[in-house]
Amino acid sequence: MKRLPEGFSLFLKKACPTCVLIEPLIQRMSDAGLPLTVYSQDDPLFPTGFARIIDDVNLEYSFHQRIETVPTLILTRENKEVARLAGWHREEWQALTGLNELGADLPGYRPGCGALNMEPGKTEELALQFGAVKLAARRIEVATMVDEMETCFEKGWTDGLPVIPPTPQRVVSMLQGTRRQPDEIVGVIPPNNVACSVEKVAINAVMAGCKPEYLPVVLATVEAACLDEFCMHGLLATTYFSSPVVIVNGPIRQAIQMNSGVNALGQGNRANATIGRALQLVIRNIGGGVPGGVDRATLGSPGKFTFCFAEDEENSPWESLSVQKGYAPDTSTVTLFPGHGVHEIFDQLSRTPESLARSMAGCLATVVHPKISMAADAVVVVCPEHVSVFKAAGWSKQRLLDELHSLLQMSGRQAVRGADGIAEGLPESFAADPQIPKFKTDGLMIVHAGGPAGKFSAVISGWVASGATGSQTVTKEIE
Amino acid sequence: MKENAVLLDPTAELSPAERELLPRPENLSGKTIGLLDISKARGEVFINRLGELMAAEGLSIRHYKKPTFARVAPLELYQQIVMECQVVVEALAD
Repeated sequence: MKRLPEGFSLFLKKACPTCVLIEPLIQRMSDAGLPLTVYSQDDPLFPTGFARIIDDVNLEYSFHQRIETVPTLILTRENKEVARLAGWHREEWQALTGLNELGADLPGYRPGCGALNMEPGKTEELALQFGAVKLAARRIEVATMVDEMETCFEKGWTDGLPVIPPTPQRVVSMLQGTRRQPDEIVGVIPPNNVACSVEKVAINAVMAGCKPEYLPVVLATVEAACLDEFCMHGLLATTYFSSPVVIVNGPIRQAIQMNSGVNALGQGNRANATIGRALQLVIRNIGGGVPGGVDRATLGSPGKFTFCFAEDEENSPWESLSVQKGYAPDTSTVTLFPGHGVHEIFDQLSRTPESLARSMAGCLATVVHPKISMAADAVVVVCPEHVSVFKAAGWSKQRLLDELHSLLQMSGRQAVRGADGIAEGLPESFAADPQIPKFKTDGLMIVHAGGPAGKFSAVISGWVASGATGSQTVTKEIE
Repeated sequence: MKENAVLLDPTAELSPAERELLPRPENLSGKTIGLLDISKARGEVFINRLGELMAAEGLSIRHYKKPTFARVAPLELYQQIVMECQVVVEALAD
């Protein structure tokens, strides 16, 4: 990095009216014996006639000094910046230079102009050019007449929808979203078990359409997916429908304006849509998990493009999903549930929690198959109009869970293979069991989301191999 | 004219950046061979002679022609060849 000399350094551009305004002062400062060097961003001959001009048209000094405005006057002593003034402010300049009459004939104050190194995209370009960010990914050149979007399709990098072409500038910009180093390893991505760096996640986040401020959520999501208990490899390879469902809790939801309200599980919110998609692209591009390859889903589900939403914590009478899992309310987390689909719980008439819980249980009983128990977990997304029924009656989340588990029992006789004229069912060994629970004791989760109108909650069904032998729900703190 | 764009590879970089050629057939028996005249001058001389030799060998051949050598084949023609042939030969000539 190039250092500034001792004394005063002044960054200018000729196209800035304030710089032109103060041009006559430069020679005066120099004549007064001040050690002054001028760095010119757009014209090495500006200011006219001054001897100590450094050509900074390539903006290297400006980039390293993080100049935001021209003019900027910096005082350096013993290799340390001790003062910095941006724009023209007569009293400040007089005080810093010790020249009491400096600019006495000029207006007292004029703001400067934006520095050329701060123009959109320029900072990222300069960071690459001057080595502030080192990227390791292979660079692929796209010929002049070829559309970069089409190149991404041809190379098999997309989920079938267009992606944002991952140019180095966009990736550098994305990396501004994290303090982590580009070469830091985030996790080992199945199915090819490839070590994945922050940089590679950032590239896929660009392609998914993320903003840099989403990157910490994406990184936590990728880390969660790599946890052994989540069993991403099996979840990808299964012929079943499921895929990671990402549920975000904590303050970051609001900071990045995620949707937990109207149409929370649907389209239309950039953060919801692109965070879930970034994880899918990481699995596809880095892990090598593609449909027809290791992904053997019979039908799949639309959530395999993206399935990510936030819990509405502010309007919920209950503790949030992450608080239930032991995190503080001001901690942001991602929870990954191996699931798919949105199965409705329609109930417009229940006004008591008992009645509404029975409706919910009736819908939950069909998860996987009415005769199959203890296979898949499920998430119940309780909508605001339904939650108000439980709130009015003073039901806690645990009370509702207890009630659902209690209602979701069936006798072995009803559930075994062949019963009710259906070959599918539990093995004959369960026939004598009087009560078989539908879900494992930790197999139901409740979150609150949705728009204010509509008595429609939802079941998100889990992978049929939910639990320790398959995929367990995982939660990861967002850094 | 814009400069060549540079993209950063989002993959694990386990395969070459350039697209590889499909494996070449070991032999032509039982395959339908498309002979594509790209409308470049005298290209048909070569492609027709090749067709005669292949037909004499008892091979199954089909002739196609691009409207102009200057542009990529129309999608319909591309799809027709994909559906009807396993091998395609085209001739660049002048």
